[in-house]
Amino acid sequence: MEKLQLNETLKNGNSFREYIQKHSNVDPSSCYQCGKCTAGCPVSFAMDYTPRQVMRMIQLGMEQEALSSHTIWLCACCETCSVRCPKNIDLAKVMETLRIEAKRRGMVAERNIDLFADLFLNSVEKYGRVHEMGLILQYNLKTGQFFKDANLAPTLFKNSKIHLQADKIQDGGAVKRIFQRVKTQGGEG
Amino acid sequence: MKYAYYPGCSLHATGIEYNLSARAVAKHLGIELWEIPEWNCCGASAAHNTNHLLALALPARNLAIAEKEGLDVVVPCAACFSRLKATAKAVRESAATRQTIENIIEMNYSASNQVKALLDVIVTDVGLDSVKEKVKRPLTNLKVAAYYGCLLVRPPQLTEFDDPENPTTMDKLMEALGGTAVDWPYKTECCGAAHSTTKPEIGLKMINDILYHAQLAGAECIVTACPLCLLNLDMRQKEVEQRYGIKYNLPIFYFTELVGLAMGYAPKELGIERHFVDAKTLINEKDLLRHPTTRREEA
Repeated sequence: MEKLQLNETLKNGNSFREYIQKHSNVDPSSCYQCGKCTAGCPVSFAMDYTPRQVMRMIQLGMEQEALSSHTIWLCACCETCSVRCPKNIDLAKVMETLRIEAKRRGMVAERNIDLFADLFLNSVEKYGRVHEMGLILQYNLKTGQFFKDANLAPTLFKNSKIHLQADKIQDGGAVKRIFQRVKTQGGEG
Repeated sequence: MKYAYYPGCSLHATGIEYNLSARAVAKHLGIELWEIPEWNCCGASAAHNTNHLLALALPARNLAIAEKEGLDVVVPCAACFSRLKATAKAVRESAATRQTIENIIEMNYSASNQVKALLDVIVTDVGLDSVKEKVKRPLTNLKVAAYYGCLLVRPPQLTEFDDPENPTTMDKLMEALGGTAVDWPYKTECCGAAHSTTKPEIGLKMINDILYHAQLAGAECIVTACPLCLLNLDMRQKEVEQRYGIKYNLPIFYFTELVGLAMGYAPKELGIERHFVDAKTLINEKDLLRHPTTRREEA
């Protein structure tokens, strides 16, 4: 992390802080940096910045650092931080908001995690449900790990846990139209 | 007792045992399940992390179909439960959100129906006393680690179910079946969800932590209420054992499978033979099938 001129940073950081506040409905300023979120986070061991540090980045307006961090993608959305925060800050919601914004700006630090979510939603849009077999095949193909978990396939097939055919729904395109409408409305909800 | 049933995608695929056992147990306990026709995926974490509106609209379509039928919705999968419940809450709390969602799904939806976890329905609506009455083959001497994971109990203002730090519903259910629930500290620790696929070095460590602590507490098996938790702990167990050089051999069950066993169903009827980690050996060792009466005719 480079050195920061705090006065300037705070002044220029307002817009980012406000953006996060508007889209997550969380006031980042109320975080008093106790670190309880980080202490309980089951993925913090693998993160480049702890959840507490990401909150501090938002307070200081360090948007590049926050949005390009691996932390926001590694967050497993388990909600432990949000439940334990003494200031009732919904950190999981903040992480989700940062991830959506990072993706919008093309700043995805964890390509595979992002790809998995995209392929998952493609499957839902196409069939109305997730085709687990197709999802894993496409994921392996696109990440160049052709034989990843291939040893599990025989048992999965034997026990009817994966299927070659997708479990499609005959909804007359209702799910496809949901995707279309969300796209045209921008979809920040 | 009639509910709209939302199985979710996993229960038609990798979580097939959950569907089989949930249906058997529900029927046996007098819960009628009306599967929502043409239900669609709830969007899971993928929609939730991509687009707030999509994450509300996908579950809303299912809830609207159930509402038209005048039924509350019961959900076995913890992750689906969380997404459906979040949508119902958002629609209930904001007229503007309701209107937006109704336009997107082209249906009326006022969230007048409730969303409940299957575990909650069995423990609260049916009640532990009724469950106890139906036990034919108690799980005597079976030490179980009740594993709740994340989304069944968190965040509590959303799930409205059990304690987020020390949930006990599944523990009590296991005790009602005659088993012993072990006291252990990892009952709500996250299994890493899809990290086992996308970031194995992270996901497998999280799975190992859970297996390690269950074993340390003396558990002979783990019981869950989430198809992704089960898949991680069961399907990935061998990989975890190899990576960490620890032998676990811990069978992982859906709570419905253990309820079904205690009520006299055969393991095959409940899908127990479809697990990666062999569960039959433990079932035989504990002599859990000693009175092999089938109770289907009573259902």
